[in-house]
Amino acid sequence: MTQTEGSGAPEPTAGGVPDSSVAVSAEPEGGQAHAQETAALAATASPDLIANSLGEYAQIWWRRVRGGESGALPVVIGLIVIVVYFQVRSSLFLSAGNLVNLITQAAFIVTFGMAEVFVLLLGEIDLSVGYNAALGAVITLWMLSSNLPLWLAVVTGLAFSAAFAGLEGVIITRLRLPSFVVTLAGYLGGFGLLLALIDLAAPGAGGTIRLSDNVLLAIEGGSMSVAASWIVMIAAVALTGAYMVTRDARRRANNLAAPPASVTFLKIALMAVAGVIVVLICSQNRGVGFTVVEGVPWVVLVVLVLLVAWTILLNRTRLGRYIYAIGGNAEAARRAGINLSRIRVTAFALCGLTAGITGIIYASNLGSMSNNFNGGQYVLYAVAAAVIGGTSLFGGRGRMLGAVLGGLVVGVIYNGLTLLGLGAAAQYIWTALVLLAAVVVDSLARRGSTPT
Amino acid sequence: MATPSQGDAGKGARSAEADRAPTGSPSPSAGTADADGQPLLRLRGIGKRFGPVQALIDINLDVPAGKVTALVGDNGAGKSTLVKSIAGIWQPSSGEIIWNGKRVHLHSPRDATALGIATVYQDLALADNLDIVQNMMLGHEVVRHGLLDEITMEKTAKATLADLAVTTVRSVRQVVGSLSGGQRQAVAVAKAVMQEAQLVIMDEPTAALGVSQTELVLSLITRLAERGPAVLVISHNLNDVFRVADRIAVLYLGRLAAVGPAAEFDPASVVDLMTTGTSSRLMNGNGENVTLRGSGSEG
Repeated sequence: MTQTEGSGAPEPTAGGVPDSSVAVSAEPEGGQAHAQETAALAATASPDLIANSLGEYAQIWWRRVRGGESGALPVVIGLIVIVVYFQVRSSLFLSAGNLVNLITQAAFIVTFGMAEVFVLLLGEIDLSVGYNAALGAVITLWMLSSNLPLWLAVVTGLAFSAAFAGLEGVIITRLRLPSFVVTLAGYLGGFGLLLALIDLAAPGAGGTIRLSDNVLLAIEGGSMSVAASWIVMIAAVALTGAYMVTRDARRRANNLAAPPASVTFLKIALMAVAGVIVVLICSQNRGVGFTVVEGVPWVVLVVLVLLVAWTILLNRTRLGRYIYAIGGNAEAARRAGINLSRIRVTAFALCGLTAGITGIIYASNLGSMSNNFNGGQYVLYAVAAAVIGGTSLFGGRGRMLGAVLGGLVVGVIYNGLTLLGLGAAAQYIWTALVLLAAVVVDSLARRGSTPT
Repeated sequence: MATPSQGDAGKGARSAEADRAPTGSPSPSAGTADADGQPLLRLRGIGKRFGPVQALIDINLDVPAGKVTALVGDNGAGKSTLVKSIAGIWQPSSGEIIWNGKRVHLHSPRDATALGIATVYQDLALADNLDIVQNMMLGHEVVRHGLLDEITMEKTAKATLADLAVTTVRSVRQVVGSLSGGQRQAVAVAKAVMQEAQLVIMDEPTAALGVSQTELVLSLITRLAERGPAVLVISHNLNDVFRVADRIAVLYLGRLAAVGPAAEFDPASVVDLMTTGTSSRLMNGNGENVTLRGSGSEG
């Protein structure tokens, strides 16, 4: 590093090759290989950093999609297709009432998916995520029913969920056991603990503990005012846009490749359009009778904050980088001096923390937590959401945004089929088909990209 | 196995720490030991025994800084065992490792890394799902205000690659899984360089590479040594060895059959040494630098 600092940033190539004979000898092979690789590169490097114009960007992007690096495209297209299908079958689908209904139903599937991403990125799985969420929520509700302060109840519940998953992580890393088996034990034990805990917290209530705190109930039940909805949406788009623009500007100022400005502005515009549509629909009065109900549900803000926080954690911190590295090549990570056990346990704890938040969202939606909680089904939804969103089961690949989109797909299917009057049978079969389709698309795309 | 005692172990770790400190500072005690002084790495009487099998016998080898030392030998000659002893993966049963004039004990790969010994493996060192910059900086990320400083890291990585004249990589934000074997090797080497390795060990760097990729890696090895670190290359391929090596060490059945400047050898004599442990064809004109050892050892 000492030498490279000295050679200076502006012209590293010229400064770094002191001996002309070396450069000349390297040139022929370099040039030759370069020609071969330009085509391959287009299929592998992000168009963000090698395209110079919008047209070129689109070209490279399309080549990448065909080469198997499809990113969020299949899930976005799938989501649009499903939404259009349901809208055609029932004009109620995109009505204000149903859209808000859908958002509140899908929210906990989305956050379950986000929880699972942390461990899937390591190439592990957490089957106990469902009951872990329920346990955390029951503890929070129990403390609230004992008139303890809200913050303490929430923090304790979340801490329990994080510790529960963290303990599983410790067992998995210390004893080198497969996460599948350890978290299966956590799943069974979690269910048993849930039954016992609810009876303890609300004796004689028939296995249900009620949520009476208005703040927590408002997460799913309440909405921001229309004005606040617009302000939040505009602020979110503006902040994200400002971040993207300044990041590009800083890269250019440092002589690094940056996405073409037109691409960045297009992305911001798309974000703004999506935001405006959601806020417009949610701002319509969806109340029945004389009560006016309007505005974007608070849970949207909760999910957005979680999405931003976890995305920053995964993409911009050491911890996140190491999670990806371990999922990609644990041996390489170990040789780089990374403490694998610590990162793995932390990832499990983050999965548990996100599950705890999910439990509160779930309880907020139902107004209670009961021993009917279907932790087995929800863990499968969690994995489905993550995988539909492009997360690999083998580790190293996946994004939080993907889990949000994947969770929305599961939520839309659930909501749409219910709206069409189709029951649980159709709902399970459709979710199964979409999950299969997502995995097949992913594997076909990747098979197409591997050189043979 | 004759592993060092507990007290020895503690001392070893401490001496590794003590050695690390002065490398960056202009301290006179253990500065840069180059061609004039003692070599960077000196192996004295290294032996390694696996149960009844004596894998290495009395290896005496100097690895000087700024030079490419090639370690050649047939399968089972002990090349990997020797290299793993230097990389801290295995502890030698006897003999001593002298680093910058000080005896060191390497109990783990971490100890070796702390001294500045980097081993470049073709497949083990890189995560396919991370891009070139992320791989090169893995474990050495630059953090500002708690967040990764991608710009600084990308500039550092780019400058290192440019220094090594790695030109075939168009975007350093390319995922490593998409690179060719030669490019992967180049990234792995650049990673070692960036972490200021003083000794870079490369295990069969050109195995499984095509012609142009091999060229890329060979010119990279030459440029790497020109930058200052010692390079120790294990190879089967004598063509490659004679292209890049300044010094050649031949192992035969766990013994060092011969060691000396590459100019003193020719391919025929090296083949003789690799297969029989001795050679009558060594260029004897001024071949006094070549040390022949343990001639005609029994199986």
